[in-house]
Amino acid sequence: MPGLHRKDLLGLKDLTAEEITLILDTAEPCREIFARELRKMPTLRGKTVVTLFFEPSTRTRTSFEVAAKWMSADAINITVATSSVVKGESFVDTAKTIEAVGADVIIIRHAMAGAPALLAKSVKAAVINAGDGAHEHPTQALLDLYSIRRHKGRIAGLNVTIVGDILHSRVAKSNIWGLTKLGAHVTVVGPPTLMPPGLEELGVRVCYNLDEALEGADVVNVLRIQLERQKKGLFPSIKEYSRLYGINKARLDRLAPDALLMHPGPANLGVEITEEAAEDPRSVIVDQVSNGVAVRMALLYLLTGGGREDGLLH
Amino acid sequence: MVMGEIKALVLDEDGIRRALYRLSHEIAERNKGVENLILVGIRTRGVPLARRLAEMIRQHENIEVPVGVLDITFYRDDLSLIASQPVVHKTEIPMNITGKTIVLVDDVLFTGRTVRAALDALMDLGRPKMIQLAVLADRGHRELPIRADYVGKNIPTSLREVVHVQLRETDPEERVVIVERE
Repeated sequence: MPGLHRKDLLGLKDLTAEEITLILDTAEPCREIFARELRKMPTLRGKTVVTLFFEPSTRTRTSFEVAAKWMSADAINITVATSSVVKGESFVDTAKTIEAVGADVIIIRHAMAGAPALLAKSVKAAVINAGDGAHEHPTQALLDLYSIRRHKGRIAGLNVTIVGDILHSRVAKSNIWGLTKLGAHVTVVGPPTLMPPGLEELGVRVCYNLDEALEGADVVNVLRIQLERQKKGLFPSIKEYSRLYGINKARLDRLAPDALLMHPGPANLGVEITEEAAEDPRSVIVDQVSNGVAVRMALLYLLTGGGREDGLLH
Repeated sequence: MVMGEIKALVLDEDGIRRALYRLSHEIAERNKGVENLILVGIRTRGVPLARRLAEMIRQHENIEVPVGVLDITFYRDDLSLIASQPVVHKTEIPMNITGKTIVLVDDVLFTGRTVRAALDALMDLGRPKMIQLAVLADRGHRELPIRADYVGKNIPTSLREVVHVQLRETDPEERVVIVERE
């Protein structure tokens, strides 16, 4: 029986290929709303969706908020600075308070890996992980998967290269889980100091030379490099990083004409990707943002219900 | 499709064809032509019915009437009442519906709640000049003030009975039957 048989979305590691495909399929009709003049559907009327962000984010938080509002849910944003967490209220108590005022879905971002899982155990509301430490960022990976499927027509069998700081990137982790489950061939490439051990065991090819990793790539997903990592000595200089691992016009020219260039944003233009490359016709960076809203609409719908093929109406 | 014991065969293949043929003429007659018309089938079985009506209209009016597909799942009024939600499919309306006459097409008219949801979904897509409703079978028991403009067959039923429309595009057989609810 199809459906998301779970209360929460904590990571793509836990999902089956069927569940991921159901989310992507459900995002299709949601994506249509961008073509409409009237961007409102009554589906989640009476539901309350709370975003609880312990880390700054404009993109992901806004995307969830728009998704909730277009489906007629009431969306409430709580950021650390305005909540009682600064008064010493415990993390779980904060979440229980949010639930007690009627939240049906809590979307959480936290610097600690595992914080969403702890929250999910403490509340009856559905919990969506919007990024936890270097662990997972499942909705970003889902929108990346959706973008690939939308532009390439499939995911299985594609060569997908992920470039950058794989060690600290929750986007990379979630993408690796999702892509391998759906049958893509994943290559990761980046400086050895920013590469976690054990990726080969997940069926991922690990590379340290970008040009080698780009050969035969159908999709290139460029990660944002956290500039403060350089200060910690994980790579010698921004300039060197850009020369060795930056995507520029010359490197793009060696990719196939129908290859896909992605970036979760916001990009450090001139560092991991040049402005010229970001604006290449093969770049779907702007489309990814719209796809993110569609995927999050689909998730809100599925987590407040399920996804079942039956007709109660007639 | 889950089937109980068949109590009555209401329409066979020829019966369905004749009923649709009459509907296709009624639609053209009522609207004094089909120039400004769009046929919109409600998923699932309204869609092949809308396509068949368009083909019949093309044969006698010599005009291609556009056919759209409407998925009403996001507009259902029972989403909060059921444990898990139905799979959603795409809505595909080929053109701007503002100013057009829409003929909504569905297989069975029962409580009227599907049609209510379809009306809301259409209104969110534009402002049609008029919306009409065509159904292959009307089995009664309305829960809302909704009626069909074109009815293939009126089928008096009890609430213990279910009307199944089966079409060659979606099912192994082509017929309309009444079965006892299990």
